[in-house]
Amino acid sequence: MNSGQSALTLVLTADPALIAIVKLSLTVSLAAVAVAAVIGIPFGALIALTRFPGRSGVIVVLNAMMGLPPVVVGLAVYLLLSRSGPLGNLGILFTPQAMIVAQAVLVTPIIAALTRQTIEDLWSEYREEFAAMDVGPVRRVLTLISDAKFSLVTALLAGFGRAAAEVGAIIIVGGNIEGFTRTMTTAIALETSKGDLPLAVGLGMVLMTIVVIVNSLAFAARRAGEMRAGS
Amino acid sequence: MFKHSRFAALAVGALMLATPAAAQDKSIVVSSTTSTVDSGLFNHILPLFKAKTGIEVKVLSQGTGQALDTGRRGDADVVFVHAKSAEEKFLSEGFATKRYPVMYNDFVIVGPKSDPAAIKGKKDVGDALKTLMSKQATFISRGDKSGTHSAELNLWKAVGVDIDKDKGAWYKSIGQGMGAALNTAAADNAYVLSDRGTWLNFKNKDNLQVVVEGDKRLFNQYGVMLVNPAKHPHVKKELGQQFIDWLVSAEGQKAIAGYKINGEQLFYPNASDASA
Repeated sequence: MNSGQSALTLVLTADPALIAIVKLSLTVSLAAVAVAAVIGIPFGALIALTRFPGRSGVIVVLNAMMGLPPVVVGLAVYLLLSRSGPLGNLGILFTPQAMIVAQAVLVTPIIAALTRQTIEDLWSEYREEFAAMDVGPVRRVLTLISDAKFSLVTALLAGFGRAAAEVGAIIIVGGNIEGFTRTMTTAIALETSKGDLPLAVGLGMVLMTIVVIVNSLAFAARRAGEMRAGS
Repeated sequence: MFKHSRFAALAVGALMLATPAAAQDKSIVVSSTTSTVDSGLFNHILPLFKAKTGIEVKVLSQGTGQALDTGRRGDADVVFVHAKSAEEKFLSEGFATKRYPVMYNDFVIVGPKSDPAAIKGKKDVGDALKTLMSKQATFISRGDKSGTHSAELNLWKAVGVDIDKDKGAWYKSIGQGMGAALNTAAADNAYVLSDRGTWLNFKNKDNLQVVVEGDKRLFNQYGVMLVNPAKHPHVKKELGQQFIDWLVSAEGQKAIAGYKINGEQLFYPNASDASA
């Protein structure tokens, strides 16, 4: 049996090790997106709706940070969480939490930047209406986020795609420990280094299938939501 | 704002899900080398250790240089590596108090089956390396401060070659692990120094074969050390020491000797050899 077949066998027999790896990949990336959303959506909305000196600079930096190199983020988080680093007392280096932190750092700028753009576009549509109806600032933010929610799902999916696909950050802060911090992408890196290229390709196909499934679910949820909202 | 609090609840929930149950966390972190992981040794011996003690060993697969550095920073409880001089430096800096020899295997020079430099069967590794250089045969160097990389540099030095000065386009330093170096050699029709364990477990052998082996200078000793709790108080010294004691015990040594691929033994236990 060659390794390509063995990758298929792992899937078909629901191999427990593979299931655990898939579960960890999803848990880490979804948690990172959730953390990033909590920070990124309000931050993006705030920038969209406020005017202050240096605002253009902040937007440029935020947009540029969408391209943060994962390996640099991994290294920075590693140095932060190392026992010899400032947050060493937490003792979370080489754990899934450290991986969530690293991916949240990667994903937050993506969600914040896309939220900023979405809200700002909507704001220019709504501005006069808000002024005419004398809507207060908090109410404005909530209305905009609420009305933009379907577009914001796309921002979340972009963040999830980034998180699920990257290997540079989590392999540094997670350590690719078998049964503990090994994810789809780090497993692919390991199998490649063992020269088991067919198995690595097989795992890659599994990963891509999962990403497609997650996106399909989001698409279906969005469509159902839009229908309910009657648009 | 309920939308945000829902996200927050989700985030907290996810973090908790990902948190290991700390109370029953009987585990240690061992920083080790790519060769012990890529060769499959740990997959063979760790289940035996866990069955006996209930201790889970989390293995980091790094080059020896990086593995020792992880120990220096206090991010591992035990280091298990193969570069005696670097290990002795680690000891002398006070990051460990005792080094235990565990096992050895050997390095081999792997090259294309076509053997363009005609070094196959040479018994003298120095002669083989000099031939590679004079024929400008492509050679892949790990270039990552790993145990295998430092062994390679020592071999060049032993034959009087200053590789930093004498290397040309034929000498490619890739800065990656053993498996990646073998993949590169397979793709490049090149020669490479490998530990035998990784080579035997390597699946993408393609057109590669062992061309030089058996010279006593290709000997490769592994040692294990507990990171000094005096330097890093959080080190799990009892559990870590239990792992070390098991590795050098008759039982652990037997487990190491029992790891075979296609009937070929990969590592030879020698904990009783105090000079190793």
